[in-house]
Amino acid sequence: MNLFSKLYYKLRKMWKAIQLYLVIAGPGIVVMVADNDAGGITTYAATGAKFGYHLIWFLALLIPVAYYVQEMTVRLGAVTKRGLAEAIFDGFGATWGWYALIDLMLVNWLTLVTEFIGMTAALHIFGVPPWLTVTGVVTLMAIIVLNGRYWTWEKIALLFCALNLIYIPAAFMIHPSLADIIKGGLIPNFPGGFNGQLFFFLMANIGTTIAPWMLFFQQSAVVDKGMQEKDIPWGKFDTLLGSALTVVVAIFIVIVTGTTLNGTDIESAGQAAEHLMQTDRYVGTFMAIGLFDAGLLGAICISLASSWAFGEIFGWAHSLNQNIKQAPWFYASYFFALITAGLVVLIPGAPLVLITLFVQVIAVTLLPAALVFLILLLNDRHTMGDYCNSVWQNLTGGFIVAAIVILSSLYGISVMFPNLFE
Amino acid sequence: MRTSLKRLFRKVAEINQRYREPRIEMSRAVRVALEFLRIYLLFLVCLMVYKFILLLN
Repeated sequence: MNLFSKLYYKLRKMWKAIQLYLVIAGPGIVVMVADNDAGGITTYAATGAKFGYHLIWFLALLIPVAYYVQEMTVRLGAVTKRGLAEAIFDGFGATWGWYALIDLMLVNWLTLVTEFIGMTAALHIFGVPPWLTVTGVVTLMAIIVLNGRYWTWEKIALLFCALNLIYIPAAFMIHPSLADIIKGGLIPNFPGGFNGQLFFFLMANIGTTIAPWMLFFQQSAVVDKGMQEKDIPWGKFDTLLGSALTVVVAIFIVIVTGTTLNGTDIESAGQAAEHLMQTDRYVGTFMAIGLFDAGLLGAICISLASSWAFGEIFGWAHSLNQNIKQAPWFYASYFFALITAGLVVLIPGAPLVLITLFVQVIAVTLLPAALVFLILLLNDRHTMGDYCNSVWQNLTGGFIVAAIVILSSLYGISVMFPNLFE
Repeated sequence: MRTSLKRLFRKVAEINQRYREPRIEMSRAVRVALEFLRIYLLFLVCLMVYKFILLLN
């Protein structure tokens, strides 16, 4: 009897913990899965097609990298109750603040363009014209955000996150060799040696896993959700789960294209889906659906990251819990970014694939600036108190910043001296 | 249009005034390092834009 009562007590405790997590869950998972956006899917698909399984080990390394970077925003948001843009303005003054804000706006808008590129490419496979995709997406997103509640928005976003897992069954359907994946993918190696192309792909993969908009988005989402200091452990767990999930999905995409399209020069995920349609209709369809979902999820989050940041600085009402009358500028900036980005895709002859890959690389190049501010803010003992960064956390953050700057520099050198790494 | 622009500039000036003094004190070395990082990253971005134009042509 005693054993049963103990078991019942433990189960009840576990169920309560799960219930509590479900209340807190959201920002971490949404931001990390949304990170597998259209540009991300394109990058992973191109990586698999170009290098086969050889860079899977590198993707796996990005789980702790993404977690360490993003969990800092959870602590900062929950303790200060303000978004990263406002925290940078307050902490470092207006000059640095404007630099961070303009940097964010530019990269966010460019990334938003890549989301529309992905969505139009995905639906083009099913015969939907780009103008109809752009109009449909803008309308759908208007319906999602104008319901006037953060909670509803988050649950819809989580639904799209679940659809992002479509690449996992797709990978099983093509029956890859587990031995080849372990042998070729889990032992660190640099396929083809060090060259500009490898640096470009490594940077693009980092750029799809951690991007400036994610820092701003998660912190603002933590604030909008109303998370408190006591919720930080759950927020961290949420982020860890999201980090693992995003990289697992990325690895499965690499497996899909690495198995079926290895050695092919794939320029976009849309092109990969078209190729896959010829080998396996269902896998191709899954790839296209996943690409559309990724673009939509990315667009939902990125446009919000910009509007939140603007609202914080300009002092406008900036919450999804407020309706369009209460927060007109918040929604105006949201739709302005969305519609202008959508229009770029409709320009005839625009180099959409090239834009997608370069946006990832530019995003990662500008990331260290935002990261340095974040680390400095997390070292402000006066504000952060017990939630201040430890020496270990600072070392990890510093290492990530240094690694990104070195990779960006190597790529820069390869641009200036293309024959240096041949 | 003119009134909106005026209002925007007034708002920007107000923000600059509000955040004129940084709350976190940075040593001169940190400030110089941050400035250098900013210029260096912008230089790298310019290089990437150059490469983008090269590929475009």
